[in-house]
Amino acid sequence: MSEDILRMRGITKRFPGVLALDGVDMRVKRATIHALVGENGAGKSTLMKILSGVYAHGDFEGEIELEGRPARFRSIRDSEDSGVVIIHQELALVSELSIAENIFLGNEQAKRGVVSWNKTNAEAARLMGKVGLPDNPRTLVENIGVGKQQLVEIAKALSKQVKVLILDEPTAALNDSDSENLLELLRSLREEGVTCILISHKLGEVLSVADEITVLRDGKTIETLHTVDDAVDEDRLIKSMVGRDLEHLFPPHTPEIGETFFEVKEWTVHHPEHRDRVIVNKAELTVARGEVVGLAGLMGAGRTEFAMSLFGRSWGSHITGELNLDGKQLRLRSVSDAIGAGIAYATEDRKQYGLHLDYDLQQNFTLAGLDKVSKGGVIDLHQVTAVSEKLRSNFGVKTPSVYQLAGNLSGGNQQKVVLGKWVFTEPELLILDEPTRGIDVGAKYEIYELIHELVDQGKGVLMISSELPELLGMCDRIYAMSAGHITGQVDRENATQEELMRLMTLETAKGGVEL
Amino acid sequence: MSVLRNAVDAVRGANLRQYGMIIALVSIMLLFQVLEVAKLDQNFLTPRNITNAIVQNSFILILAIGMMMVIVNGHIDLSVGSVLAFSGAVSAIALSSWGLPWYLAVLVAVATGALIGVWQGFWIAYVRIPAFIVTLAGMLLFRGLTLWALESKTISIRSEEFRMLGSGYWAQESLVGGYHLPTLVIGFIATAFIVWMQVSGRRNAVRNRIASGSPVAWAVKTSLLAAAALIGTLVLAAYRGLPIIGIILVVLVIVYTFIANRTVFGRHIYAGGGNEKAAMLSGVKTKQTSFWVFVNMGALAGLAGVVFTARLQSATPDAGEMFELHAIASSFIGGASMSGGVGTIIGAVIGGLVMGVMNQGMSILSVGQDAQSVILGLVVLAAVFFDVWNKKRASGPIVGTTPGGSGEAKRRGKGPDDSGPSGDKPKDREPEPVGAK
Repeated sequence: MSEDILRMRGITKRFPGVLALDGVDMRVKRATIHALVGENGAGKSTLMKILSGVYAHGDFEGEIELEGRPARFRSIRDSEDSGVVIIHQELALVSELSIAENIFLGNEQAKRGVVSWNKTNAEAARLMGKVGLPDNPRTLVENIGVGKQQLVEIAKALSKQVKVLILDEPTAALNDSDSENLLELLRSLREEGVTCILISHKLGEVLSVADEITVLRDGKTIETLHTVDDAVDEDRLIKSMVGRDLEHLFPPHTPEIGETFFEVKEWTVHHPEHRDRVIVNKAELTVARGEVVGLAGLMGAGRTEFAMSLFGRSWGSHITGELNLDGKQLRLRSVSDAIGAGIAYATEDRKQYGLHLDYDLQQNFTLAGLDKVSKGGVIDLHQVTAVSEKLRSNFGVKTPSVYQLAGNLSGGNQQKVVLGKWVFTEPELLILDEPTRGIDVGAKYEIYELIHELVDQGKGVLMISSELPELLGMCDRIYAMSAGHITGQVDRENATQEELMRLMTLETAKGGVEL
Repeated sequence: MSVLRNAVDAVRGANLRQYGMIIALVSIMLLFQVLEVAKLDQNFLTPRNITNAIVQNSFILILAIGMMMVIVNGHIDLSVGSVLAFSGAVSAIALSSWGLPWYLAVLVAVATGALIGVWQGFWIAYVRIPAFIVTLAGMLLFRGLTLWALESKTISIRSEEFRMLGSGYWAQESLVGGYHLPTLVIGFIATAFIVWMQVSGRRNAVRNRIASGSPVAWAVKTSLLAAAALIGTLVLAAYRGLPIIGIILVVLVIVYTFIANRTVFGRHIYAGGGNEKAAMLSGVKTKQTSFWVFVNMGALAGLAGVVFTARLQSATPDAGEMFELHAIASSFIGGASMSGGVGTIIGAVIGGLVMGVMNQGMSILSVGQDAQSVILGLVVLAAVFFDVWNKKRASGPIVGTTPGGSGEAKRRGKGPDDSGPSGDKPKDREPEPVGAK
C-alpha cells in the first residue's frame, strides 16, 4: 500500500461561464495534517466538495483515489461510507437536540427502528472522551459554546470510522484558547492514524500544525510544500497565494481627491445574538471626496458587519463610536436615517438583500428614494417611469424597458440596477460590498467605470472586496481588516498583494494594531 | 393577422393571472346560466341574481380587501371573523343601550376594529410573534368577548338608517323606461372615467418613450373594460339601482387600489412582503408598515361588522364564523402569493365574487351544503395550482438571463460564502424567492 491515502488528479470543475477548478492535483499522505490554502475564490471549497461527494462523480473531470482504489462518490453518504467526512464552516448541528443525538444523527443506534438510548449515550460519551469534551451527552447543543460544538462535529465524524477528516475554516469562529484546543486535538487524531485536511485562512495556525501545505490559486494547484523540509514561512506562503499580474482589467482614471468628509472613530460592534462577541473592534476609517477607499479582509474579518453597522445600525448590537459626515456628528438610528444623511450601502448579496426580484426595474430603482418621486405620500407614477428610464440608460442596463422584472436580468445588469437604486438616493458616501461578485469581466469593467464616474462627481466610495487585484486596481487607499480590527492601511503607491495579505492575516492578539 | 398577433402579445405581456381571474369569473357565470336554463328553465344571469351575489357577499369582499394587504405584506389574519362579530356587537350595543345615533354607532364599531388592530399589530410587528399565532389567539379572544358583550343573546337593530347600510338602495324611486336613472348616470360617468384613465396612461407612456404594446391591443383592452362597465351599469339599473353597500365597496376598491399602487405606504407594504430584508436595507420601516396594515385590517373588519349586523338587522354571538377562511380564500383565488409581495385589491374582490357567484348559483340549483363545500375547496386548490403552474411555465423561455445563469453560478463557484452542501446544477440549487425565475 502506498504512502498516500488520497490522490486527486486533474480535477476540473466547470460552472456555466466559469472554470472553478482547472486540472487540480493533490496528494495527501496517510496520518498527516495537510493544509489547503489560497485566496477567497481560489477553489478550495469546491475541491473539498468534490472530495466529499457534494458534487457527484461525473459532474467534474479527473480522478480521485482513496487508499489506492478509485473513488466515485455519488453523494455525501457515499464518501462518508468510505471514511471521508467534511465538517463545514457553518456547523450542521441541530441545536434543539442533545449532543448524543447529534453525534448519531442519521446513524441512530437502533435495533429494528427502535433507538437504544443507553447505547447512544454510552457510545457518545466514549467518543466525547476522545475529543476531550467533558459535558453530559444529554446536554442540548444550543447550551454549549461554539468551540465545544466544533468538538461535537468531530466526535460525529469519529463515529463514522473516519479516515480522512476535512475541516473547512474550523477556527474562524473560535477564540484563541478554543482554537489551540482544536489544533491539539488534530495532532492527537494524527497520532491515531486519522488524516486531516485543513482549510484555513490563518497562516500562523497552518504553519504550526500542518505537515504539508497545498496552495491553490485561480483554480489551479500552485505547489505542495513540506512545512519543515521546505522551511516555509508566512511570506513564502503569501507570495505563492497571490502571485499574479494585474492585467488591463481596470479603466484608466486620474483621481481628484478632495477633503476628508467621512470619519469613523472608535467604532465597536457586537454580535446581535451573542452579545458578548465583539465583531468590530474600535475601527477607525476616513473617506475623502473623490476617493475610492478599499476594505480588504478575509472571510469572517467583519467587513460586511462593519459596513452594515455604519448603515443605520442595520447589523449588530451595542454599537458604540462616532460617525462624522462633513464635520457633523451623525446619529443614525435606522436605515432611513442613514439614507437621509447621505449614506448608501449596496449589499454583497444582491438577490437576497439588494433587489426585489419579482418586481420590475422601476420599482427597484425607486424603492429607496420614493420620497423623491412622491408628494405627500402619493407617488407620481409618470415621474417614476421617467427617472427609472433615465437610470436604466445612464447605467447601461441591457434590457428593453423598465417594466422588465429584476429577476430576469443577468448578474451584471442586476448589479447596475442596485447601483442605480442607490445613486438615485443622492448619497455622499456609497458603500459597495463586493460590487463585482459573480459578474463577468465585461460587466465588471462597466461597474468600475460607473464607480469612477461617481467619485468624479465628488462622492466618496468605500469598496469592500475579496479580490485583492480588484482593490489594487480600483482603490486610492486600502484598509485591511482582520478579526474585527483594522490592522492597517496602505495607499495606492505602496499597495501590494503581499502587504495586504500580511495585514489581513495579522493576528491581532499577537501583532497588535499598526497604523 | 398582425392585429391578432398584437392582441396575443398584449395578453401574454400583461398580468395573465388577473385576466385569467376575470375569464374564470365570466366562465363560471356562463356555466351557471347554461345549467339553470337546462335544469330549471330559468336565467341565472338576471339583474337580481347579480346584485345579490355582490350584496350577500359584501362583508366578505370588505374583509378580502384588508386580507389582501395583510397577505401581500407577508402575514395572515385568522381573527377577522371574530373581530367582525365583536365590532358588530359593539355597534348594536351602541345603538340600543347607549342610544347613539347610527353614524356614531358605525364610527364606534370601526374604531373598535382599529383598536383591535393596534393590539394585534403590536404583537406581530414589534414583538415579532408570528401573525398566525397572534390572530389565532385573537380569533378565540374576540369570539369570547363577543359572547360576553352580548351576554350570549341576540340584539336586534331598530335604526332604519343603520339597516339601510346593509340592504338599502340609493334613490330607488327615479326610473326612466324601467331603468334606474341615478345608476345610469353614475355608470356612464364611471365608464368615461375608465376610458380617460386608459387614454392618459397610454399618452404618458408614449411621452416617456416607453414601449407599451401595440395600439390595437390597447384599444381592444380599453373597449373590453368600457363594455364591462356599461353592462354592469345596465344590469344594476334594471334591478333596484345601486345598493348602498355596492357604493361603499366601489369607494373602498378605488381608495385601496390607489393606496396600493400610488402611495409610498402602499409600495412599502409590497416591498416588505416581497423581500423583507431588501426592503429594510432600502430604508423601509417594515415594522411600522406591518403595524398599520393590521390596524387597517381591524378597521375594515369593524366596517364589515357594521354591514353584516345591518344586513341581519341584529347582532348575534356566532356572527362571522368561518369568514376569515372565506376572506383568505378570496385573496388566494384572486392571485395573492403565499410568500407575500404579490396580489391586487381588485384580484381579491374578483376572488370573492367567484366564491359568491358559485354560492349563489349552487344554492339556486339546490346543491347541498356538503357538495358546495367540497366544490369550493377544490376551486381554491385549483386557483392556486393555476398560479404555481403559470409561474413555472413562465420561467421556460427566458434562458440565459435568469438567476442561475452564468452570474449565479460564478457567484456560487467562486464566492467565499459558498459553503454548505448544495447540488451543482445551477437551476435547481437553492429555492429563489418566488417569482425570481
